[in-house]
Amino acid sequence: MTGPNAARPLELVCPAGTPAGLRAAVDAGAHAVYCGFRDETNARNFPGLNFDRAEMGEGIAYAHRHGAKVLVALNTFMRAGAMDTWKLGVDDAVAAGADVLILADIGLIAYAREAHPAQRLHLSVQAAAATPDAIAFYREAFGIARVVLPRVLTVEEIARLTEAAAPCETEVFVFGGMCVMAEGRCLLSSYATGKSPNMDGVCSPPSHVTYRDEDGALVAALGGFTIDRFAKNAPAGYPTLCKGQFRANGATLHLFEDPVSLNAVTLVPQLARIGVAALKIEGRQRGRAYAAAVVRAFRSAVDSLAAGTEMDVGALRALTEGQRDTTGAYRKAWR
Amino acid sequence: MHGQFPPVLGRLAGALPLFPLELVARRLIDNALSARPSFAGRLADYADRTFAIDPTDCPFVFLVRPHRGHPSVRVVPDIVTADHDARIAAPLVILLGLIDGTYDGDALFFSRDLVIEGDTAAVLALRNAIENAELDPASVLGLPEPLRGPFNRLAGLALDRLRRALDAPEPSGAGPVQP
Repeated sequence: MTGPNAARPLELVCPAGTPAGLRAAVDAGAHAVYCGFRDETNARNFPGLNFDRAEMGEGIAYAHRHGAKVLVALNTFMRAGAMDTWKLGVDDAVAAGADVLILADIGLIAYAREAHPAQRLHLSVQAAAATPDAIAFYREAFGIARVVLPRVLTVEEIARLTEAAAPCETEVFVFGGMCVMAEGRCLLSSYATGKSPNMDGVCSPPSHVTYRDEDGALVAALGGFTIDRFAKNAPAGYPTLCKGQFRANGATLHLFEDPVSLNAVTLVPQLARIGVAALKIEGRQRGRAYAAAVVRAFRSAVDSLAAGTEMDVGALRALTEGQRDTTGAYRKAWR
Repeated sequence: MHGQFPPVLGRLAGALPLFPLELVARRLIDNALSARPSFAGRLADYADRTFAIDPTDCPFVFLVRPHRGHPSVRVVPDIVTADHDARIAAPLVILLGLIDGTYDGDALFFSRDLVIEGDTAAVLALRNAIENAELDPASVLGLPEPLRGPFNRLAGLALDRLRRALDAPEPSGAGPVQP
């Protein structure tokens, strides 16, 4: 192993959209779970999802009893005139016993560091820090302990960044929804719906999503824009603009990104070797069955790696968007 | 779609009166909501929506309005006549698997084994509330606590066999996630 954190075992960071999801992830072997409050302070502000204050306290207590950490995401950007919502979220997460806060807004990071000097802070992927200089700034100014890297880097780029960022740790996504945009800066959903993933916590808000049947084909629309048409019985994807089909240069195609899920399980040994500290599974909006299956599979992979035995890289495809998976930019071939 | 009952069973079920089915459905939903009092709270503003739960291999549709602990349930013969805000449609065994946590809703949507129409936000709120409720067959039937574990194990085996017999999709995890 060669990277700065290479001697440490990989930490598996798993999604929890509900208290039941948190318990499912912990029971399946998550080292840590990440979750958020039921408001616009986190980037998965969907109906019926997330935790109220009491549920957060109970969830953290459950995780701690089972030896798992809880990372509370407050990773949207504060709205002028309503900053107390975010600051209160920071205070309440700390009071509830959160092990880590995942933050993106530089003002909120400054507040958290000042109000809670001992609290461990991670930099959300929403902050889009993908250069050694940016990471060094957050580390030096606020003592950020770990940065979550965007899904647009190759493994080689992650290796160089991880080495340069040390002692700041790096965390990378290994499974779930793909995002090929500079996260925290993407305005596609805002353009179509007026609601922002970065401010309101909703990419493709369901209030603006409609599906209709056209002779067996599934037609998906966002904010009144038709964004994709899935033929009868063909696998479907999420209703996001970046995964929609567009007409360009005489052809209709998935211009930005196919409806496909990230699955980097085969890259786990390489990610460990270059010194990545933690592997992140996307999917707070998914069900308990997803959490249990994906967490179990990746925990097995991480444990096999630590034990020096062969990894089982088997069947997670049924859970993937479009029923297909990819190693995405990690093995980028088009540059 | 996978997991459909044979059409002949659907035709036979169509001969049954709907009112007794409505009484049974109402009782089961009352049991579920009293076992999981936080359910309506998680639905929040969507508790007043009318959801059409449509088992596509059965000749009836459930119209459910959760309404903050005072649910209303109607059973109608088809979706065409049903006044509803959102429709969730799949073969019955798949709908049951969504309730007990056997299936992940997004995975079923991707594979086209689940159809949703209408108010997408309401559907999402319902799905997340059901996910968090960790409902199991014994709670829905209102069985006393000591019987729940053994009954749930038997019901799990029976449903697993039924899914296999009907060629339903494989469970998204390793079977129902037990609370």
